Amino acid sequence: MPQTSPRPVRRAAILGGNRIPFARAHGAYARASNQDMLTATLDGLVARFGLAGERMGEVVAGAVLKHSRDFNLTRESVLGSQLDPHTPAYDVQQACGTGLEAAILVANKIALGQVEAGIAGGTDTASDAPIAVSEGLRQTLLAANRAKTLPDRLKALASLRPADLVPAIPQNVEPRTGLSMGEHMALTAEEWGVTRAEQDELAAASHRHLAAAYDRGFFDDLVTPYLGVTRDNNLRPDSTVEQLGKLRTVFGRGPDATMTAGNSTPLTDGASAVLLASEEWAAEHRLSPLAWFVDAETAAVDYVHGHEGLLMAPAYAVPRLLARNGLTLQDFDFYEIHEAFAATVLALLKAWEDPRFSKERLGLDAPLGSIDRARLNVTGSSLATGHPFAATGGRIVATLAKLLHEKKQQDPGRTVRGLISICAAGGQGVTAILEA
Amino acid sequence: MPDLFTTLITSPLAKKAGVPQPTRLRRYEPGGPLCEGPVLVAGTGPYVAPLRQWLGAAGLALAETSDAATDRLGAVVVDLSDATDPGQLGLLKSLAPAVKKLRTNGRVVVVGTDPATLEDPAHVATQRALEGFVRSLGKELRAGATANHVLVGGEASDGLRSAVGFFLSGRSAYVDGQVVRVDATRGGNPNEERPLDGKVAVVTGAARGIGAEIARVLARDGATVIAVDVPAAGEALARVANEVHGTALLLDVTAPEAGAAIVEHARSRHGGIDIVVHNAGITRDKLFVNMDDSRWDSVMDVNLRSILRMNEALLGPDGLGGGGRMVCLSSMAGIAGNRGQTNYAASKAGVIGLVTATAEDVTERSITVNGVAPGFIETEMTARIPFATREIGRRMNSLQQGGTPRDVAETIAWLVQPGSAAVNGQVVRVCGQSMLGA
Repeated sequence: MPQTSPRPVRRAAILGGNRIPFARAHGAYARASNQDMLTATLDGLVARFGLAGERMGEVVAGAVLKHSRDFNLTRESVLGSQLDPHTPAYDVQQACGTGLEAAILVANKIALGQVEAGIAGGTDTASDAPIAVSEGLRQTLLAANRAKTLPDRLKALASLRPADLVPAIPQNVEPRTGLSMGEHMALTAEEWGVTRAEQDELAAASHRHLAAAYDRGFFDDLVTPYLGVTRDNNLRPDSTVEQLGKLRTVFGRGPDATMTAGNSTPLTDGASAVLLASEEWAAEHRLSPLAWFVDAETAAVDYVHGHEGLLMAPAYAVPRLLARNGLTLQDFDFYEIHEAFAATVLALLKAWEDPRFSKERLGLDAPLGSIDRARLNVTGSSLATGHPFAATGGRIVATLAKLLHEKKQQDPGRTVRGLISICAAGGQGVTAILEA
Repeated sequence: MPDLFTTLITSPLAKKAGVPQPTRLRRYEPGGPLCEGPVLVAGTGPYVAPLRQWLGAAGLALAETSDAATDRLGAVVVDLSDATDPGQLGLLKSLAPAVKKLRTNGRVVVVGTDPATLEDPAHVATQRALEGFVRSLGKELRAGATANHVLVGGEASDGLRSAVGFFLSGRSAYVDGQVVRVDATRGGNPNEERPLDGKVAVVTGAARGIGAEIARVLARDGATVIAVDVPAAGEALARVANEVHGTALLLDVTAPEAGAAIVEHARSRHGGIDIVVHNAGITRDKLFVNMDDSRWDSVMDVNLRSILRMNEALLGPDGLGGGGRMVCLSSMAGIAGNRGQTNYAASKAGVIGLVTATAEDVTERSITVNGVAPGFIETEMTARIPFATREIGRRMNSLQQGGTPRDVAETIAWLVQPGSAAVNGQVVRVCGQSMLGA
């Protein structure tokens, strides 16, 4: 008898992850492409979980800085990897939310019973960035290509101007405002009164936490070395508030500027991947889930006309996510708030504590309140690891899943939860809840 | 990747000029014949008839006599395990024409009785004499031929078959002038083409060199391989693990919980462990008087102490079960010593002690523990040895060439077979009968 009625929704498990160490741009991975890094990351995951020759339900990944030749980046990476070539794949792109969005997509298909197991990931290189021709040159070349006769072709080419020959290098700039992300963040930081000292403290903690996590072997089953790099090379284990306090400001204007290269993420190269599966698939493969993918919420803000900060969308996504799951902001054991800038994290926390913002912007009677800062980014975050845009989501999902698994082993009697918040260009924010 | 010198001395010109040329050794291929050419089984011992029957069943032609009319021989197997008086060894002399007719990569295997199990001086002397004969004949044989000695303790038909099979086959290409003792423990391979089918094998130091080759050969023989190496070697380890369709486990073998972590990984992911190969090892060479503490300590810790520590878990209640196999990598340096390697040689000699003692401990649980001591093996590590030293190391053995990681791996793959249950507490040298250390 055909069974076409909807199947019950089931839980999607996070079984583990793999990433290559993140490397500062134009350094160790300067000659590695997005595809090289994603393939190596997939192969590391395959080796860790014994998946060589295995057909996965799907692999979903993406890159933010992507060359047009990489239109099928993820599928090409799968074909270059040790996975069964019968594994389908597709690319997604949601700026810095790419990696987490990919995990949401795979988790949802598992939940609906459309796939049994999948890999979500992301890769980005700021070193091997695509360089485009100028709009003038592009239009001219296309016109010349359309022309049917040689004279027409020459006529089309004759319209070329010297300025058209300057290549277009990708920039970290919002197309609608012309401001860089850092400049946008500086506006928000000023609005929320985020101080330099707070930011430097958060940055120093990120480095300290990451170094400690490496030292205790936390990343031994999350990271596979690549091209001779064994740890994120942006990590400064001995970074102190005093040293960070000496750096000059790079974003914002005037004496009140607070943002430096030390409390902002550097351009970074890297890739990450997460293995998700149904409970049945995990059991068949003798793999035990680290954590479960509970729910996710994506929000966007109108930073162009609506006077909201570019990176403040998670402030809106999280309350909706909490309400839907009947949780408060304090119901979490771990908070993974992506450190695009130290000020991003601090502005979000201030917004959730602010009664006026909560009432006027979020429409809540009471603010979400404050969090226990000892639970925030406990193994470091993007300020220390670096932030290869699309790779950050996978890094965070795998890290948090392992943290929850560790916590659960210490405290098996109750459900342990973690909250993920990632801001993204275009005024977007992707958030999720994991539990174990 | 041969160096310039090797290219020159193996060139046709050098050959014409009379430079001795190393023979291309016959190496094992699954499904291939045990031995190339007919086998002469001679002697007066009780195993002559069973060996003939078994070799015949294995599809090998049997030569009846060693007279001039017969074909060139693939191997000569002689059983003198019954000899009690030196006079009886005269029979060996009658085999000279057969030995002369050995083909390239031929084999001589002499079966004797373990002198340690005997008491009468004449009897002990007779059996012990065989070892001297074998070791000398190994040095005389040419063209890739080897001579090895199997000592039988008790009614050891299964063990004898396993050891004779190994010495006849290409698996023992670089094993020459060696003595292997077999006891009466029974055991056979259910599947000769894939003797390790269904087994779960842990290989430490598997990211590169000999360890990577061990992983490949065990996987080829049917084992599911857990490839272990330090986190820093993760990239290379992932390649090996994926190549053999196994799993990569990144950990430092010197960490206190390393053994427990391996056991946990093997149990949760593969249901248990059947085989452990302690291959991880390092060198930190320096003359003894100039050696700092860290060189001494790190070599001892990685090469020896880590094995002792890990074995608590690996031989514990959740570790190797009945039929389990363990092989530890020792080294020629651990037997003969080596200038600049007091630390390394001490650690590798320690491994031999560990193998002997542990084997006795676990024998009643049907687990075997053996050692393999490689001689000069062509690896990235030996490629970095200064030219003259390297060339001497490579040439100073009966086969006049270096061995390959594959040769070491094949010996290990034989020791861990179900059919090798009768081989326990042995250290097999894979050295082409090196001049160093007998």
